[in-house]
This record gives sequence, C-alpha cells and structure tokens, in this order.
Amino acid sequence: MYDILFFLTLIVVGYIFGTVIEKRHFKSLMMREEQMLYLPTIALKKPLDDEGIVRSELVNGSVVISIDFFKKFVAGLINFFGGNITVYESLIDRARREATLRMKESAKDASEIINIKIETSSISKNTKGIGAIEVLAYGTAIYR
Amino acid sequence: MLITNIEYVPKREIKEHFGVVSGSTVRAKHVGRDIMAGFKNVFGGELKGYTELLSESREEAMARMVSQAESLGANAILNVRFSTSSVAAGAAELYVYGTAVRI
Repeated sequence: MYDILFFLTLIVVGYIFGTVIEKRHFKSLMMREEQMLYLPTIALKKPLDDEGIVRSELVNGSVVISIDFFKKFVAGLINFFGGNITVYESLIDRARREATLRMKESAKDASEIINIKIETSSISKNTKGIGAIEVLAYGTAIYR
Repeated sequence: MLITNIEYVPKREIKEHFGVVSGSTVRAKHVGRDIMAGFKNVFGGELKGYTELLSESREEAMARMVSQAESLGANAILNVRFSTSSVAAGAAELYVYGTAVRI
C-alpha cells in the first residue's frame, strides 16, 4: 500500500517539477538563442570565403540533462504499447540546443562557427541507474 | 598549439605531417555526485556536477593529445574528433584524436 503511495507521489512530484523546469529551460533557450543569432553556425567544412581570417580555434559546449520520474514512467508505458516517446524527444531537443548555445557563448567574438558536430551519449544505459543524456557540440570558430 | 576540426588552416600551408595523435581518460563517477544525481532523477533538470566532471575529463584528454603532438614537434592539430563510450557501468571513456601537423 505504502509502496504504491510512494510511487504515485514520485510521479506527481516528477510531473510538477519536471514541467516547471522544462518550461523555464525552453524560455531561457529561446531568449539566449535570439541573442546569439548574429553568430552563424554552419555544418560546412570550409568557411564561405578565406578573406580576412585572422584566427581559427576549436570551441565546444556540453551539457548533461537528467530525466524526471514522470518521463521515465510515461516512457515505460509507451515502450509497452509502441509509438513515439515524445517526452524524451523534448528532453534531447533541450540538451542539443543548450550544448550548441554554450558553444556559441564561448566564442562570442567569432564571425562564424564552421564544421559543427553534435554528439549524444547516454550516461547510464541500465534502467536501475541514473538516467541522463550528455550532448557535446563542437566546431571551429573563425575570427575575422 | 592550434587546434581545429577542419582539414586545413586558413591562409597557412601545411609543411609536415606527423600522423594521428590521441588522448583519452577514463573517469568513474563520484559517489556523492551519484546520490545527488539520483535525487535529480525525480525532478529533472541539468546535472551540473556531471557536466563539470565530463568537461574536465575532456580537457585532460585534450591536454594529453597536445603533449603527444608537442613531443613530435607539431604546432597544430587538425580534424579533431571527440568520442565518448561507456566502458563499464559507472565509468566513461572520453577519447579525442586528430592529425598533428607543422604549419
């Protein structure tokens, strides 16, 4: 009986806190992305032109984001029936955007960042351990 | 030491190739951080301790790669790639590699 109550409390707490944290994160992402719009990030291997390049340098940004209990529960349910696990899609989206932003913020004076690579890895794969994903974004900042 | 992940250095000529250089670190998670992360797993959000831990390890892997390149007499590393793999439960390997050249 107490086990079920404990489980339900975890789901409710996870849902409330998780939703608040996610909303706040998306809001801050939108705001910061707007501020960094002046710095283009390109997946091409070469800069658009070599004119006036002073310096090039490797830059990176990374983030580790944890799942919450509600997401874990819903994902478990969907795993049973099949379909898109949308709760994880938003989580990964947040992590990728955050990592890219951190990379951009570490090279504020650059004129562009080229050859962007984004790498995702899960911190723990077993269901008992902690569930979190790490995203690393890296590229070459070009200074003109 | 100039490090980039593109294949050349703009406006500079590559004079000599030294082949692949690499660096890696294997890090285990901290018990205290693990407990904190366990709590965070209920609420969600960023695991700052892990972000720091992984970026520190990545810096160390890069430092190892740079010292290897320096011992070869290179002054730049091109086409750098990062890769992460979990070796065992609770440990991660961070690997970084690139081509050492002299420009």
